[in-house]
Amino acid sequence: MFNKEILKILERDGKLTPGQIAAMTGSTADEVGKAIKQAEDERAIVKYKALINWDKVGNEHVWALIEVKITPQRDVGFDAIAERIYRFDEARTVYLMSGTYDLAVLVEGKSMQEVAEFVTRKLAPVEGVTGTTTHFVLKRYKEDGEIMAGKEEVKRQAVIL
Amino acid sequence: MTTIRPIKTEKRSRVSQRADSIAPSGIRKFFDLLASMDGVISLGVGEPDYATPWRMREAAIYSLEQGRTMYTSNLGTPELRQELSRHLEQRYGLKYDPATEILITIGVSEALDLAMRATIDPGDQVIMPAPCYVAYPASVSLSAGEPVMIPTVEASNFEIDAADIEAAITPRTRAILSGYPANPTGAVMPREKLEAVAEVARRHDLLVMSDEIYSRLVYGIEHTCFAALPGMQERTVLLGGFSKAYAMTGWRIGYAAGPREIIAAMTKIHQYTIMCAPTMAQVAALEALRGGEESVLEMVADYNRRRKLIVKGLRDIGFSCFEPKGAFYAFPNITISGMSSEIFAEKLLQEEKVAVVPGTAFGACGEGFVRCCYATSLPELEEALVRIRRFVNKHRT
Repeated sequence: MFNKEILKILERDGKLTPGQIAAMTGSTADEVGKAIKQAEDERAIVKYKALINWDKVGNEHVWALIEVKITPQRDVGFDAIAERIYRFDEARTVYLMSGTYDLAVLVEGKSMQEVAEFVTRKLAPVEGVTGTTTHFVLKRYKEDGEIMAGKEEVKRQAVIL
Repeated sequence: MTTIRPIKTEKRSRVSQRADSIAPSGIRKFFDLLASMDGVISLGVGEPDYATPWRMREAAIYSLEQGRTMYTSNLGTPELRQELSRHLEQRYGLKYDPATEILITIGVSEALDLAMRATIDPGDQVIMPAPCYVAYPASVSLSAGEPVMIPTVEASNFEIDAADIEAAITPRTRAILSGYPANPTGAVMPREKLEAVAEVARRHDLLVMSDEIYSRLVYGIEHTCFAALPGMQERTVLLGGFSKAYAMTGWRIGYAAGPREIIAAMTKIHQYTIMCAPTMAQVAALEALRGGEESVLEMVADYNRRRKLIVKGLRDIGFSCFEPKGAFYAFPNITISGMSSEIFAEKLLQEEKVAVVPGTAFGACGEGFVRCCYATSLPELEEALVRIRRFVNKHRT
C-alpha cells in the first residue's frame, strides 16, 4: 500500500524534504523516507522534474501534437506500434486515445523542420501507421495543472481580526 | 434683585453611549506599526490564502452578463435558500423551511448582529466562552445587552464546561453565544460536552446563538452542529457563511437558520438596514453549494498539512501548544518568553517582521497566548517559524 497523502504532497512540490513532509503529515521523517523509497522502487514515483516555462527562458524549441492513426495488430493491439513510437527520443509523451485517431504523440524539436523530418522520416513510415496530422503548439497557457503565466496573486490586508 | 443661575453648559458627546461603550481595539498601535512595514510575514489575517475557486467567480460573472443586477427578496434568492435548506438537511439532518426559517445576510457578521438585535433587550446577559472572536462581546453590547465571558483554559483544550455556564446563569441570562470550531484557539467541542451545554440551555430556557462559520474546517473529526442536538433546533439560531470554507471572504455572504419568529424579527431589521445581500454574491454562493465541495476538501487537506507543520514547529521552539482540531489558527502559549502577549507580538513584529495577534485581543483570558493563522504559504510558514525560534532564543531568560 502506498501512502497517497505523501504522494499528493510530492506531486505538488517534489523539492520537499522527508522532514518537511513528516511535519505536514504528522509522521516521522524515517516513515516518510521509507514510503518514498517504496514508491520510487515500485515506480509509483516515476521521476522528479521541474516544470519549466520555456517561453520565459527564450528557448526556441518547437512542440507539436501529432495525431497518429494506426492499424491494430493481432494479439498485441496497439501496444507494439505504440512502443516503437515511444522509443523515439523525440516523442516526449504518447497516449492511446479514443475517438478519431489512435495515438497522441507530443514531440519536441529544435525547429519546425526538424519535427517535420521526424514525422516524415521516422514516424509515418512505421509499419502499421496509416496517417498522421501534425499540430504545432503556438503557446502553452497551462501545463500539468499549472498556469504558465504565474499564480494568481492574492492580495490580503495584513491583519483583520 | 434676583440672581441668575448659570446655565449648565456640559456638552454632550456626539457619539452615542452605546457606540462609546464598545472597547476600542487594544492593539491599534500594533496595526499602525504593521501598516508601515515591508517584508512582513503575516500570520495575523483570519482568512484563506486562496482566491475563490474559479467556478464561483465564473458564475458571478455570468450572472452579471445576464443582467442580474437587481435586488433580491429580503430573505435572499429562493434558489440559494432552497439549496441551503438541502445542504443543512444532508449534512446535519436539520429541516428548515427555506421560505421562513433561512435568511441570507452580509456575511456571518451581519447574521450575528441581527440575531442579537432581534433577541436581546437592554440588560439581558449573553454568556460566551472566551477567548472568543472580537465581535461577540461587541455585538451584545451594541444590542444594549451585557456580555458575560466564561474563561476557558489550555489544560481543557479551550472547551467550555456546562457547569461553568450554569454557574454564570442569572435571571437576566437570555442566551449562550458559542463559536466552535473557535477563533482564535482552533478548539472544537466534543459532542458529549456540547450535549451537556445544550441540556443546560434547555433546562434554563435559554437561546443559543451558534456561530458555525468554521464548521467545514475540522481535521480528523466530525463537526457537531449545535442545532442538531436533541431538542435544540427550536432554541438555536445557526449562524453560517461562505467565507472560510469556500474562500469567499470578500463576497460577504452568510446566513442564519432558526426558529421562524426569530428569523422574521431578524428579517425586519435586515430589510430596514441592508435590504438584501448582493445578488451576484448570492449567485456565487449558490454555485459554491452546488459544485464547490471538491475545492473545500482540497483546501481542508491542505490546511491540515500546514496545521501539523505549525503545531510541531511551535512545540519544537519550546512553546506549549494544544492541538487545534478546527479553523485555521494555532494558539501557542508564549509565557516562556517572559513577555505579555502584546509585547511579544509587538517585539516579534519589530525585530523579526512576523505578525501574530496577541491573545488579549480576544479577551483578557487570552493573556499569555498569541494567535497564528496558518492559512499562508508553506515557505512563509517555515520562514516564520525560523524567525520566531530566533526571536525566542534571543529573549530566553
